[in-house]
Amino acid sequence: MPANRFNGFTEYGVGIGLRIPHYQHILSRRPVVGWFEIISENYMIDGGRPLEILDKILEQYKVVQHGVSMYFGSVDPLNREHLKRLKSLARRTRTPWLSDHLCWGSVDGRYTHDLLPMPYTWEAVEVTARKIRQVQDFVEVPVVVENVSSYAEFHVSEMTEWEFLTEVVERADCGILLDVNNIYVSSENHNFDPFTYVNFVPAHRVAQIHIAGHSKFEKYILDTHDHPVLPAVWRLYARAIERCGPTATLLEWDDNIPTFEEVHGEALKANKFLKAAAEAPPDAAIPAVESAASQILEHTGVSR
Amino acid sequence: MSGSGHLLEIQRRMAAAVMHPLTRAETMPRRRRDGTSNLTEAEAIIRPNDRLTAFERLEIYNRQYWFRLYSSFEEDFPGLESILGREKFDVLMRAYLTDRPSESFSLRNLGSRLQSWLGTHPQYIEPHVTLALDMVSLEWAHIEAFDSEECPRIGPEALAGIGEDSVLHLQPYIRLLALSYPVDDLLIQVRSEAGSSTSAANNASASRKRRHVRRVAALAPRTIWLAVHRHENSVWYKPLDEEEFRLLSALLAGKTLGTAVDECFSASAIPEEQRPAWLQEAFAAWAALGWITSETGRSDLKGTA
Ligand SMILES: [Fe+2]
Repeated sequence: MPANRFNGFTEYGVGIGLRIPHYQHILSRRPVVGWFEIISENYMIDGGRPLEILDKILEQYKVVQHGVSMYFGSVDPLNREHLKRLKSLARRTRTPWLSDHLCWGSVDGRYTHDLLPMPYTWEAVEVTARKIRQVQDFVEVPVVVENVSSYAEFHVSEMTEWEFLTEVVERADCGILLDVNNIYVSSENHNFDPFTYVNFVPAHRVAQIHIAGHSKFEKYILDTHDHPVLPAVWRLYARAIERCGPTATLLEWDDNIPTFEEVHGEALKANKFLKAAAEAPPDAAIPAVESAASQILEHTGVSR
Repeated sequence: MSGSGHLLEIQRRMAAAVMHPLTRAETMPRRRRDGTSNLTEAEAIIRPNDRLTAFERLEIYNRQYWFRLYSSFEEDFPGLESILGREKFDVLMRAYLTDRPSESFSLRNLGSRLQSWLGTHPQYIEPHVTLALDMVSLEWAHIEAFDSEECPRIGPEALAGIGEDSVLHLQPYIRLLALSYPVDDLLIQVRSEAGSSTSAANNASASRKRRHVRRVAALAPRTIWLAVHRHENSVWYKPLDEEEFRLLSALLAGKTLGTAVDECFSASAIPEEQRPAWLQEAFAAWAALGWITSETGRSDLKGTA
């Protein structure tokens, strides 16, 4: 969604993840970038170079925090030190919203450092929504949750992933970071129609969108963030923008990271969709975004 | 009621499988060390699909877990790897990470218990026990010096007012080491060849990524004293005299300046008449580096992790 209470009433356009190999380029060339997303954990430290770089970036750019280890879905209680460090970083960055994943990753105080999938049960809805509220109350910044890529499903699940996501965010009254690449990856791994997912989620809660590249193996797809965005993911993105309107969009590129220009150029392809959605009157948005989509897809050599 | 009985059980069962060591071929073992069948466990909790069995789906997570930990640990301890060689390092890494799984939200702390663990498991670093322990001390000190807090430096007025009973505070990023081997030059070389440090991300890895770490030739023992510190946000290893090491260590332990000076010179070869000048020079150098601060580090963020 454009400005809403889940993204601090901001109108952010296209951003990219702030990654170490690009530090030098960004600080010396000062390229025009809509905003940067940082991985919170990399800056939840007491001092040193990462914070020095962050402060320099903050002088010039808008920064949004993205976490990887809050584990809303873990039954383990929240870690107080983690919360305090997150809040202190949020004060430093003045992030209008902050995100983390709809997943679990620790149990009995032991951390897997992975984004493990949830069993989609009512019990899990309750646990997860409660923890999201706790984080939001503590950090005092809107919290949005991101759907993850997954490679396994549980026997005990009582609903689909999109129903689970919707139940959680309604109960927590929080926003969504809709990762359309993750939806695509999971749809291939679990044989569902990704458009059913995008069409189901409460569009008014979408605060931000992630796009990324993935890797296809013989029997499954892995969320590697080491490629340009694939045509199928652009198609899902187009549909998400049709439903949500021009929403803050971020390209994730975490491995085999190419030059800054290449990453930024890939991200900026999203602008076509965003402009089409912004310029078109509400009831004409769908055809306008569709035509932007077909232009990009022609470019990438794939037709709709 | 906690309302989390079933969820907790699933998380415990899945974590037990995911955090269990892989086979030498980096696959999920069919049977765990305690005899539990991963096949039975996977089928009990995970649904198969048309392409993958429950076991294969669980295995994806088992492998991801270890690949992530391996790469973080390898980036933190390239010096240790260069001493032990790849195979012994691998065995040590699996054993340590199995015995001491992460208890912190941050991968930065993954190696925090390595020194103490090696103290009780020297078989993994034999026959280079002292050399390897020295290297681990230096590598952990490097990690701590990199991102610990920097406090405001002491002002000239406060510095002038220092007397025998004063307690001086050192920068929280300073780590003092007394080592039996000159591992500092070796680590500088290894780190410059090995590249940058780990950062958290949220992507998956298709395979285990290995970096090239050169095996070192034998290193002759020689006692050295080091201050691992930070200057303009780079980590440095500063060689110290034994006296400097003793004085700084006493100050770090919170002793008064008078006591620290006594300890510093208790077995020193520096002639008595040269000591005042020696002290003045040492303090001037430390003050110039910004090592002496007006306060101790923040305590509000320290704690459970
Ligand atoms: Fe994402």
